[in-house]
Amino acid sequence: MDRREFVGLLSKASVAGMLPGVSGWAMAGEKLQPPMFGNTRILHFTDCHAQLLPVYFREPNVNLGIGPAYGKLPHIVGKNLLKKIPEIKTLREAHAYTYLDFTAAAEKFGKVGGFAHLKTLIDQCRGEAGAGRSILIDGGDTWQGSGTALWTRGKDMVEACNMLGVDVMTGHWEFTYQDNEILENAKLFNGEFVAQNIKASEDALFDGIEVYDEDSGHVFKPYVIKEMQGKRVAVIGQAFPYTPIANPKRFIPDWTFGIQEDDLQELVDDIRSSEKPDAVLLLSHNGMDVDLKLASRVSGIDAIMGGHTHDGMPVPVVVENPGGKTLVTNAGSNGKYLAVLDLDLGNGKVNGFKYSLLPVFSNIIPADAAMTAYIAKVRQPYLAKLNEKLATAENLLYRRGNFNGTFDQVICDSLTNVLDAQFSFSPGFRWGTSVLPGEAITMDRLLDQTCMTYPETYVRNMKGEQIKAILEDVCDNLFNQDPYRQQGGDMVRVGGLTYTCEPNGASLNRISEIRDLNGKLIDANKDYRVAGWATVGSKSPGEPIWDVVATYLRDKKTIKVEKLIEPKLKGVAGNPGLADYQGEIV
Amino acid sequence: MEVSTTRRGFIKGLIAVGTLLALPATLLAAMVRPKAAFGSKEIDASLKSLFGDASIEASDKVYLKVPEIAENSAVVPITITTDIEDVESISVIIDKNPNPLSANFKLTDAVAPEVSARVKMGQSSPVRALVKAKGKVYFTTKEVKVTIGGCGG
Repeated sequence: MDRREFVGLLSKASVAGMLPGVSGWAMAGEKLQPPMFGNTRILHFTDCHAQLLPVYFREPNVNLGIGPAYGKLPHIVGKNLLKKIPEIKTLREAHAYTYLDFTAAAEKFGKVGGFAHLKTLIDQCRGEAGAGRSILIDGGDTWQGSGTALWTRGKDMVEACNMLGVDVMTGHWEFTYQDNEILENAKLFNGEFVAQNIKASEDALFDGIEVYDEDSGHVFKPYVIKEMQGKRVAVIGQAFPYTPIANPKRFIPDWTFGIQEDDLQELVDDIRSSEKPDAVLLLSHNGMDVDLKLASRVSGIDAIMGGHTHDGMPVPVVVENPGGKTLVTNAGSNGKYLAVLDLDLGNGKVNGFKYSLLPVFSNIIPADAAMTAYIAKVRQPYLAKLNEKLATAENLLYRRGNFNGTFDQVICDSLTNVLDAQFSFSPGFRWGTSVLPGEAITMDRLLDQTCMTYPETYVRNMKGEQIKAILEDVCDNLFNQDPYRQQGGDMVRVGGLTYTCEPNGASLNRISEIRDLNGKLIDANKDYRVAGWATVGSKSPGEPIWDVVATYLRDKKTIKVEKLIEPKLKGVAGNPGLADYQGEIV
Repeated sequence: MEVSTTRRGFIKGLIAVGTLLALPATLLAAMVRPKAAFGSKEIDASLKSLFGDASIEASDKVYLKVPEIAENSAVVPITITTDIEDVESISVIIDKNPNPLSANFKLTDAVAPEVSARVKMGQSSPVRALVKAKGKVYFTTKEVKVTIGGCGG
């Protein structure tokens, strides 16, 4: 079978039937991990969003690369990705990395991730590496994303990570708990919580708040040195740079973030000269586009192991900079993948490497018994609530994609219906699992989409010009051609509205023709009743979003999204990051 | 004065010293504040008022540290340093602010040319750092983004 035939397979709904000549990458009982290369193994996962149990997670069919990012990883979707990356060899892998024929493939290959399965795979990978030759690092977004994570204030995940054996982590959604809770959790964590780009504000330092280093102002250790059988690896932490902008500042009023490129270069140079490491890694929550730019400008980092943008990239991107080359990887989300970076280290440098991103298929990787028992114990007190069946999904419900997802449309419909609003806004988060047709939408699944520390809803009057201003502002955070001015989320989802979007347009000049669903243009000076949630400024007055959506689901009983409403797109026809688009492309 | 090795103690010590100097510094500022330059709504008028007919050129010896995206647009931290010698003044211009001139520091040979300030920004804008030395003006520019925030993943 040649590459073209292979690429065609998943799109012909053929996965459910017989596939002669095509084997899975690993079958039950086979060794799951790649053979060890070199002498040191780095295991990396990121953005698990507190998904302790296996889930379905559909990758996007819209992930546009704009300007210099056009046609480059990670902005390639579906068949284009399969054509670009020959390392994707089996249908199971093709299903892991793409949205193609998602429902049929998901039914065939089963759920992904789950900490019990991840634990087994990690232990096998560490065993293969040999004693003392591996570390496990976590890119963050670990303490948020499930009901139990919220109700235990992230502590269920701290303990799960301790059991998993995480050595080093950094964060983003971790910082949506209150600052003192974050510090407490970081102490309960058996590994090291690192971040070179979080400092206390000068006022807060003056007031004497708790920090790691009073002279530098670092709230957490900027880096750690992990020694593995004589090989020294520096792991620098890079937390999400725009946390106080994309998420509420009020939980972390004394901390300041940013990319801090100059500080990073200085730190890398210091580590290189004083610590004599064999390798320097950046454990990053920048997002892949920011990491790619950073790698081109900062010298002396061997690999940036990234997350945030949830791009499950099977191969690393090699970036040249004035000091040499830096690998940039991104390990997806929701516990769906485990990244394995094998390094041949010696004489203060990396002499060779091999990178694999392993999909974690829960029905071919046995569950670890101790982790299974722990997860059951964590969930037990909340089971009745989590398992409540709110409605049945008649079609696939998912979120991920630049403009809209079917689950988001249900959330937006809930807001307009339950809160009696004309229009609604729902944030373009990239977390949230998928529900297959015929499955129950339980409170557990709803919380996957909505669970966070600032879930309160609002209904307020907004002028048409304000609606446009919000759309423009978020759109610039997604499509600004300078990655350092992006935030890594997707476009805000809208209910009751359609619009035209020109991603290549100038900042604050990409949105036009904002209409209601009857086709009537929005009036800039007229007031509209708008509902939404997850406000970052001050706390909104309404009930949590999950209660609003649950009310809608219980009432509807079955959910069918007849048509995904997506904006009309201008100027992006043929973009390799766009496929099977439901809206109009002009 | 309390003797302490901590940063906090050190800063508190400095404040004790600083209060002695505060009064003359305030008076000095009032005397030299270029009112016309600060009051102008036009960049060119501010420049003219500050620097007269001095030549203005881009320079890679002026270093401007600003955030790529402001965490709080009411207090955007900004630090300017330079390798240029004999610096007479350092100024900050924010193109899209209603009054573009945001700061103007007069320096003497006795101090290192490094200044920090917090500036208010109404919207995304280029921020310019201008260094005057030996009758010439050198500048560098960086874009600072102001966003309403939220909706990030």
